[in-house]
This record gives sequence, C-alpha cells and structure tokens, in this order.
Amino acid sequence: MFDGGGNSDLGGPCLDAVQGFMAAGDSPGREAPVASHEDDLLAVARQRDREAFRRLFTHFTPRLRSFLRRLRTPEATLDDLVQEVMTSVWRRANSFDPAKASASTWIFTIARNRRIDLARRKRPEVDLDDPATLHEEADGEPLPDEQASHGQMALLLRDAIASLPADQSEIVGLAYQRDMSHSEIASELDLPLGTVKSRLRLAIVKLRTAMEGLD
Amino acid sequence: MNVSHHPEPALLLDYATGTLADPFALIVATHMALCPACRREVAALEAVGGALLEQAPEAGEADVDQGAFERMMSRVEALPPEPAIAPLPAIDTATARIPRPLRDRLPASLDNLPWRRQGPVETVFLPCDLPGHRVRVLRIAAGRGVPRHTHRGTELTLVLQGSFSDETGHYLRGDMECANPELDHRPVADPGEACVCLAVTSAPLRLTGTLGRLIDPFLDI
Ligand SMILES: [Zn+2]
Repeated sequence: MFDGGGNSDLGGPCLDAVQGFMAAGDSPGREAPVASHEDDLLAVARQRDREAFRRLFTHFTPRLRSFLRRLRTPEATLDDLVQEVMTSVWRRANSFDPAKASASTWIFTIARNRRIDLARRKRPEVDLDDPATLHEEADGEPLPDEQASHGQMALLLRDAIASLPADQSEIVGLAYQRDMSHSEIASELDLPLGTVKSRLRLAIVKLRTAMEGLD
Repeated sequence: MNVSHHPEPALLLDYATGTLADPFALIVATHMALCPACRREVAALEAVGGALLEQAPEAGEADVDQGAFERMMSRVEALPPEPAIAPLPAIDTATARIPRPLRDRLPASLDNLPWRRQGPVETVFLPCDLPGHRVRVLRIAAGRGVPRHTHRGTELTLVLQGSFSDETGHYLRGDMECANPELDHRPVADPGEACVCLAVTSAPLRLTGTLGRLIDPFLDI
C-alpha cells in the first residue's frame, strides 16, 4: 500500500546473499572500539584532523562498498558513490552530534540521503531549529551517559541482530540492505503485506528492546 | 499537549530506510516535527542501519588504497565551502506554525494560498509525482464538517492547526489519522478555530452521505 516508488526495477532474488550478509556480522575479528570513530569525527569537525579522517576512511570505505553493493548500486558507480559519501563525512562533520547517534549511524544516514539525491528525490526532513518544531522538556539535552552509551548500544544491537530468527533477519535484510519498501518485500517473498508488516514489527521491537536494555 | 495518533510503524521504518515515496515521506516528516516520540523511534531505526553498516563484511573488498585517500583529499580540499543554509523567510504567525518539511513546499503564506472553496472546506493541491496519489492542504471552517465519505485507498490526515473529531476519535495538532477503505467517516472541525490539515490519498474519496451521492461526481476532495 505504501509503495516505495522508484524501486520497481528489482533484479532477481538474492536472498542467500542477504542472509549471508546478516550472518557475516558474526564472524570474528571485525571491530575496533566503536567509540573511537566518534572521537575521530569530532576531531575532523573541530581540527580538520586528516589522520583522524584517514582512520575513518580506512574503516568505513570497505564497509560502505559492501553495504552499497547490496543496495544494487551499479559496480561502475560504486567507487564514486563511496567517495561522495566520504566527502560529505569530511565536509559535514560539524553537523555530527555524538549525543544523537553513533558514527556508523550518522554515516548510514549520509549514504541513505546521498542515494535519495541520486534518484532525484527530495527527502523531507525535520529541521530541529525550526520554531514550528515541537520539543519535549528533555529533548536535545542528552542524559549524562547517553554519549558513552552509543557504543554500548551498537554492541547490544549487533548481538540482537545476530540472534533474530531466520525469517525475521531475512526481512530486516531486505528492508535495510536491499532498499525495499514493505510492499516490495511482500511481492519479493510472495507474502501478504500484513505478514511482512507484522514480521518486521516483531524484529524491530526485539532490536528496540535490546537497544533499551542499557543499565 | 501530546500527540496521541501516530503513523503506523511500517511508515516510520520505510522513512528511516529511505524507501518511503515522497508524499508519504512528507506527511511523516511533518508529523515528526510535531512528535518527539516518532523522532526517537526513527533515530532508533537509523541506529539499526548504522549497526548493519558497521557489520558489513569487508571480506572480498580490496585493501583500502591509501593513494585513493590522498587523491580524494586533494580534490576535497579544493572544493568551495558548503553553501550556508538559507535563512527562513519572514512569515506570518499562522504560516510559521506549519513545520518546515511542509512549509517549504507551500507556494505562499497560509492566507494567500490559492484556496478552492467548496462549502465549509477550502482545498489547495500541492504537486505530487506519485501516480494516482494526491496531496492537499485542507482548511475546514470552525465547527463545520467535511462531507461523509469512505476511501478507495488510504487517506492519511495530519492536523496542523485547530482540531477535528470523527467516529474514530479526536485529533489535535500533530495527530495523524490513517483511514482505509473500511472507514466511513465525517470529520468535523471543533468550534473556535478553523482546522488546517495535510492530507495524502492514494485514491479518490467516495462520498457516502445522501447529499454526497448526488454531488460526488463533481466534488474533487
Ligand atoms: Zn508520532
């Protein structure tokens, strides 16, 4: 019903690839301490620190390549797109707010928005500085521990994603890594839209619970 | 005053992953401007995207080419600075209360929009690229109602000013009603203030009242 539009030119199914992708998070030897990416981004924002940016480039470029390749980015434009995303990371680092998101979440949103730009779609976004925007009392004032907790939250999320049942992780993979709206997933998997919605909802509730499981 | 009617979770997820088509993304973003709870929800959904990016396998990717880094840096450092964000134009109070995602698309201030009046309801259509869909701003006179109707598709209605009630509840500023083909309703603006709404429909409405059946073919709401 809420058709994503613009994504009807799907290639054939590659669910194995998506599942392999989800499972790959479980392989050993993947991570550097998550918090350091946030420090590096702040160093780029405040001091235009090239070495900090080189570390971000080294860490995120291969991840962006494989992430964007899953999203059906044509191989010929993949390198350009990765470069454009990293260029935005350098140029817009001062809009990164560690109280609001981890470095990888912020870079995910940059890659997402860049792909929407390329599709010549305009993404309507909330402007937090707009006087019409409503805030709650505590909105914008991070809890004392919030900044430190984004790294922890990322670890909890990683484990929660790895422990999703297969039918749910497949569908989360399609939503995030194949760029499919609910209705496109329904037709890809030949499932009723309601089933797709409830399965995704279940998965998201689990991930949300994991994220909130910080003490 | 808290928002109590939110978009369904599927809309927030498609917004977070970037697959939500424009008129729906517009109404979801405008709701989010008025709803900190949905902003938090979308931030959490984006964190899932961040975690998946962080986990993206590097296997099979060539080693990072440090030459590529140097080439990129020399290009990037030669770029002109990002243009400053345009300041908000001065606007009247009523228009200023329309959140930006929508306000940026209005061709004029609220009072100077090219309203088309049909009884107590005034309508302005906004451009919409999605085939079969319509995006419009409605202004319902205080205490008056929209003709009774059902829906051939989905109708999302977001309250921007004033409030209205129908068979399903009471909708205040920031609340979003999602009506599907089963719902037969007659929204009525509360007395005191005109009710301004953003509405997105995926198919034409169908009038169901006695009078409505007579005028349905002529009424384009
Ligand atoms: Zn909400």
